[in-house]
Amino acid sequence: MGVQLVVSDISPGYVLPVIERTVGFHNWNRYAAVNDEFVDIHMDDTAGKAAGYPGAFGMGNLQYAYLHILLNEWMGTAGRIVSLSCQFRAPTLKGMVVTAHGVVTGVRPAGDEVLVDLEVWTQNEDGRRLAPGSAVVALRPDPPAPTPSA
Amino acid sequence: MAERTYVTEAMLSVIGRPYGEMVSFPISASDIRRWALAVYYPEEPPRLFWDEDYARTSIHGGIVAPDDFNPFAWMTAQPSGVRRRASSAADDLFEGKLGVPGPGLQFMLNGGLEVTYSGVRMRPGDVVRTASSIVGYREREGRLGLMLFTTMEAAWTNQHGDLIKTQRSTLIRY
Repeated sequence: MGVQLVVSDISPGYVLPVIERTVGFHNWNRYAAVNDEFVDIHMDDTAGKAAGYPGAFGMGNLQYAYLHILLNEWMGTAGRIVSLSCQFRAPTLKGMVVTAHGVVTGVRPAGDEVLVDLEVWTQNEDGRRLAPGSAVVALRPDPPAPTPSA
Repeated sequence: MAERTYVTEAMLSVIGRPYGEMVSFPISASDIRRWALAVYYPEEPPRLFWDEDYARTSIHGGIVAPDDFNPFAWMTAQPSGVRRRASSAADDLFEGKLGVPGPGLQFMLNGGLEVTYSGVRMRPGDVVRTASSIVGYREREGRLGLMLFTTMEAAWTNQHGDLIKTQRSTLIRY
């Protein structure tokens, strides 16, 4: 994050900068510690397999957090998240490279804000969508251009 | 032959009834800092979440928590005491709190979230209150057999009565 967002540049099809995390116990343990989520399927391969998965897998809410990071890294101080929804369709497994993505699907004025509709999702390195979803953010319009002096 | 279902009349009877009210302890700046460090790992989290001097100059006027922050982790002010998970954790966390037996299924997964934020942020010192309700059940055959999808709804408010967010979450049990 470092480039000032220009709201007037945003239109359907606009692609957000991607964020990336290589996931495993280093991420899951930290999340478990702050969320008090010490659940066997997130800590133990035997438990993950018993649940029908290849091994231990990551928390869905951590993918949800990554989608928040995607949107906030893009907006910076220019806006806020209005809504964010996703389904956890496939697990994150140890060593997986997870990327979070967003594409603008609509832009609409709303009073003194600009509402932007987005399709958002996380996926693995093979392109499989893990947590598909949608979001709405509210952006502050670009400041008016300075009036040239006479 | 009757269609197989995990949903009982008792479970249907509790739809819409509030349960699981929680009141957080006052949020601390270190709670927010640790949450941000965990979810942003291995990247450094934005200064808004841990640098008071920087946060004071922001539109928020001070440190705020990430939108997805959980102020109820580890222990709540109400109900008080350490939470202990029972062996049939899913039923005890949901239908059991409403006084009816749940489906007694062994496994549970997080199916997804739908959250709407009001624009009111969680800040150090805030006390957050929430209560949940089960809004519906549906079932589907999946790779792992018949799966029960339970949708819960909750609203979070702060000590001023300001709405922070509303959320719907889906629990998958099988």
